[in-house]
Amino acid sequence: MKNKRVLTGKYFMMGNIACAEGALAAGCELAAGYPITPASEIANRLAERLPQVGGIFLQMEDEISSIAAIIGASWTGKKVMTATSGPGISLMLENIGFAVGVETPCVIVNVQRGAPTTGMPTAGVTGDMVQPKRGSHGDYEIIALCPASPQEMFDHTVIAFNLAEKYRVPVFVLADAFVGHMREEVVIPEAEKIPIAYRKVPEPGTDPLKIKGFLDEDVAPMPLFGRGFRAHVTSSCHDEYGRRNLSDLPALDNFVRKLSNKILKHKKDIVMVEKDYQGAEIVLVSYGAVSRAAKTAVQFGREQGLPVGLLRLITPWPFPEEELAEMAQQVKKVIVLENNLGQLYPYIKAAAAPFSEVYFLPPQVIGEIHDPEYILGRIREVL
Amino acid sequence: MSELIHPLHRYIRPGITGTTNCPGCGNGIVAQAILRAIDELNMTLDDFVFVTGIGCSAWIPSPFFNVDVLHTTHGRPIAFALGIKMGLPGKKVMVTSGDGDLAAIGGNHLIHNARRNIEMVVICLNNSIYGMTGGQAAPTTPFGLKTATTPYGTYENPLDISQLVIAAGASLVARWTTYQVRQLTASIKKAINKKGFSFIEVITQCPVQFGRKTGSGSAVQMLKEYKEKSINIKDAAQLTPAELQNRIIVGELVDRELPEMLTEIKKIQARAQGEEK
Repeated sequence: MKNKRVLTGKYFMMGNIACAEGALAAGCELAAGYPITPASEIANRLAERLPQVGGIFLQMEDEISSIAAIIGASWTGKKVMTATSGPGISLMLENIGFAVGVETPCVIVNVQRGAPTTGMPTAGVTGDMVQPKRGSHGDYEIIALCPASPQEMFDHTVIAFNLAEKYRVPVFVLADAFVGHMREEVVIPEAEKIPIAYRKVPEPGTDPLKIKGFLDEDVAPMPLFGRGFRAHVTSSCHDEYGRRNLSDLPALDNFVRKLSNKILKHKKDIVMVEKDYQGAEIVLVSYGAVSRAAKTAVQFGREQGLPVGLLRLITPWPFPEEELAEMAQQVKKVIVLENNLGQLYPYIKAAAAPFSEVYFLPPQVIGEIHDPEYILGRIREVL
Repeated sequence: MSELIHPLHRYIRPGITGTTNCPGCGNGIVAQAILRAIDELNMTLDDFVFVTGIGCSAWIPSPFFNVDVLHTTHGRPIAFALGIKMGLPGKKVMVTSGDGDLAAIGGNHLIHNARRNIEMVVICLNNSIYGMTGGQAAPTTPFGLKTATTPYGTYENPLDISQLVIAAGASLVARWTTYQVRQLTASIKKAINKKGFSFIEVITQCPVQFGRKTGSGSAVQMLKEYKEKSINIKDAAQLTPAELQNRIIVGELVDRELPEMLTEIKKIQARAQGEEK
């Protein structure tokens, strides 16, 4: 295992460990974090593994400095990540906005737990679904992925690193305690079969005055530190060259729109959903751990002759409204399943309701994945 | 007649034509001391990455210095700087920020990076007030002083930031006022070459917010006061605490050799890779 980035093979592995191994396979060179249940195994594993491949794990004084340190390291060209749970994300939010504002590639793993506040640390509750998109102040877009298995903890972490590099944006892996602590088969492919992306950087020797390093809807090359670009990087309102402008509203308009459009313009490339609703009249929409119960319910339902299908959101952000609308036009009814009181439901409803009836089904007990029989009962009621 | 150009002008970012500093601000003195130190060491700004927080003094390198600079969130520059130093161990990383940024909202990062003894230079411009937001009390504001948020006088004890950083474990700690420009420049030079966390506190005048609100007067009056109140740490050692009241102890407060974080990380990496036990 020593000195190897990619541990090719088949394992019975915990989701959080698979996440750490996915980070290494994707090229992570520096991680910083602060211990928190139920995400700590990721930090533990990275602390053991990163130094073996010449990388660095920093245990910081809090989550605020964890995200700050990885943003700083990202500006030196390193691939970086941090892993935490809800309370840690709450502390990171200001600097998450900073990372968005200065277009910094970084991966942020949130192994969600029972909330609000200190809540119930070991309970798997996807209660932070809107927070990465709306938690930091101002309008902005990020990318988020929702793994549903230890295998996807590996796969999605790799994808997260690649999307972060490609779009110079924080990419979230929105896991929860179920998926993080679940042990299942994880297959780690051979290194050469894992696609790896790298951020664009200005040509060495480019005149610093000519580098447009920011606010390009097709992603500007990143004027990394230490390469003679003399980059002026400020999260205050700035122009394409990084020059601060605190007085002209059109400059603010340009700053806000370009940052968001950079992601929205490329939604087709980013958004991923799993579709299985051919010929269905009623579709279960879900994500993450709950989608496992939805799949079982669909399987049981079909065995019983019910016209039921499934749509799983792999990327809840940017929000896949086109995919939802397309589905809603083909079916009669939609049931949204979430292990919370309906966090993505209003967004899903807004996209699907013009075309079909939309219902929400919370779990019987918050923190308990829906029983497939309970889901089937609701399907029969709605039909 | 030939055009007169300031000898340090070549370090200023092209296109910058003015300053956001108020008349009499100490920022210019400190900015020059930093650039002189770099110049006298025969280094260039390409040897550096600057990191700043929020506040007037954070604007010294951003945008004025023609250098790689990260202008960060309030209180966090040292935490960002740690990540930058990890990624670019061969570059010099320097933080300039104020007492509010580094010692109030960012106090935790100051303590812990002094403890880590990560090689970087932190220059704290201590004007004892929140200048940018309009003269509110800082953790460094002298007891009893009237400010925008303490109209009846402060009721909190001020923080000695340098003593805090010494206690936390920094390698090099010095304190000067903007009156002792040459000594300040010499300390910055020493800090740049120090293998460890170097902290330089500069007591600096804010005539517009501190001076006007507290009745301390103009920039010139404040500098005169610094001259009169300053006492070198060596001379201070001869005086009693009572005699030192209301004095500014200046000089090199600490210069010591302690394990430096990056050096220790390299050892850990070698151990993890099985190169040493």
